[in-house]
Amino acid sequence: MADQARVRKFFFLHMRPNRLPVATLRFTHTFGLGGMSAVLVILLILTGALMMLAYEPTPDRAHDSILGLQTETLFGPLIRGLHYWSANLLIAVALLHLLRVFFTGAKDGPRKLNWVIGLTMLACVLASNFTGYLLPWDQLSYWAVTICTGMLGYVPGVGGWLQEAARGGRDVGPTTLIIFYTLHTTVVPVALALLMGFHFWRVRKARGVVVPRQAGTPVPADPEFTRGWPDLILRELVVGTVLVAVVMMLAIFFAPELGTPANPGMSPNPAKAPWYFVGFQELQIHFHPMFAILVIPLVAVAGLIWWPYRRREVDQTGVLFGSGAGRRTAGIAALLGLIATPLLIIADEMWLQTTTWAPSVISHGLLPFLILAVAVVGFRMILRKQLNATREDADQAVFVLMGVAFAVLTITGVWFRGAGMALVWPW
Amino acid sequence: MTDIESKETRDPDLPRRNFFRKAWLVLGALVTLQFLWIGFDMLRPRKRRRRDADAGTIYTAGPVERFEPGSVTAFPEGPFYLARLDGGGFLALNRTCTHLGCTVPWIEEDRQFACPCHASVFDITGAVLSPPADRALDMYAVRIENGIVKVDLSGVIKRQGFETAQVTMP
Repeated sequence: MADQARVRKFFFLHMRPNRLPVATLRFTHTFGLGGMSAVLVILLILTGALMMLAYEPTPDRAHDSILGLQTETLFGPLIRGLHYWSANLLIAVALLHLLRVFFTGAKDGPRKLNWVIGLTMLACVLASNFTGYLLPWDQLSYWAVTICTGMLGYVPGVGGWLQEAARGGRDVGPTTLIIFYTLHTTVVPVALALLMGFHFWRVRKARGVVVPRQAGTPVPADPEFTRGWPDLILRELVVGTVLVAVVMMLAIFFAPELGTPANPGMSPNPAKAPWYFVGFQELQIHFHPMFAILVIPLVAVAGLIWWPYRRREVDQTGVLFGSGAGRRTAGIAALLGLIATPLLIIADEMWLQTTTWAPSVISHGLLPFLILAVAVVGFRMILRKQLNATREDADQAVFVLMGVAFAVLTITGVWFRGAGMALVWPW
Repeated sequence: MTDIESKETRDPDLPRRNFFRKAWLVLGALVTLQFLWIGFDMLRPRKRRRRDADAGTIYTAGPVERFEPGSVTAFPEGPFYLARLDGGGFLALNRTCTHLGCTVPWIEEDRQFACPCHASVFDITGAVLSPPADRALDMYAVRIENGIVKVDLSGVIKRQGFETAQVTMP
């Protein structure tokens, strides 16, 4: 018996650290976002497995089977609500986790690879959400998936093939549903689970989360340690329990809707992508598809992956926003993004879209892309030359600028686009 | 003992060990390829079957006189609109927007097709009046036999813009 207890104890202390630096325990250092993501994934697996028992992945039965789950099954709406809210919260929490890691300087040194693993997991989370979006087979989901898979068609060369492979035919239909169902219930969850193991192991190999420090002080060589049980694990249990309670409340008071069954003959007006892809849809309105769908996302993803591997001047591991000056430049970038992006959207909507002096790929693609790229490089140079920002602070400001711009695009697409995707007030 | 073994595995001058290591790699690659091949093949037969079902589908729209010049008629059972231009010629237009694949409704008051998703606009011939769509609506071949309009749904015809050669005259 004593042996068993020891095995149990060692198992858990292999999952969670036996000892860890006291400073990393502070809630406002990590906000528990990584742990929250893990809790949400567990909730998703449990509720998802339950719903698999009720769901039938064919166009004739999909909508009906969800309706049956909603009206005839004990706790059916609650299970679906939990799944829905966990999935949507997971995107938000994972994105916040990415920002936390970025701004606390926890992506360099031994954590480089884990940053890339984390990005891959984010891709899995998005894929998981998107493939799940189709399954209710109502008007909203059918047309959102039509639009998003339609975007694939603009990849030069292989676009048509990609689109047909994703849809399993020319239009979204029975084959699309079975492909999405398979990806959603097996391929993506398995990939995500494997990556989670990898991710946690890399955190342990980096000796836990990054130890916070003040700018200008050296990396603490010998920080004060405490025990994993109870100091860490109890905190984690509290965060997890509160999170589950919040998801429960959301599922009960804001139950997900089920629209009218999909009708391939009639697109709703407006037809929008799921909220996490609305930023790309908004980009589509302003840029030629080649740039909105291929060039800009590729540059962004490549930049994110490469970020921890680029040349660095100062070690900012554990320093929030790099330094006091970094906080200031990040603030300037955020403000610029908040002001410039809406102005550019309105300017494009009012005056620029009707220009037809050149092929669209130049006038709505290459030219605006180059102008914006030059503007961003110019902004970075001003920070470097005028404000004497370090290389890290300037790069961080560019990251903030891009992030804020994408957030503004998403907000515009979700709330400020009405019938025919015209700009409207949300009230 | 373990010490000797670990030394052996690292020694590049042992041809047999080296050979086996490479053989494992090749086998692993083959197995991976095989699974990918099977995966892709799983997706294929269903597609082929659908193509066969589509092939040779001739849709009989009706007699020529039923369609007024300058009118657009929707055929929900075949995914197309039959447009009769002012000159009396026929065009069968696919109802899928060439931008991202939404279904485009015909707006009679404005005499144009307006996509609800991204506000692309097409005229009665399917030509683009307003982006983001950059290609005219796809067409189906139209034939007129003994005064009956027939549409060949076996394959869409992609085109950049409208040309008079695309119109079928009765």
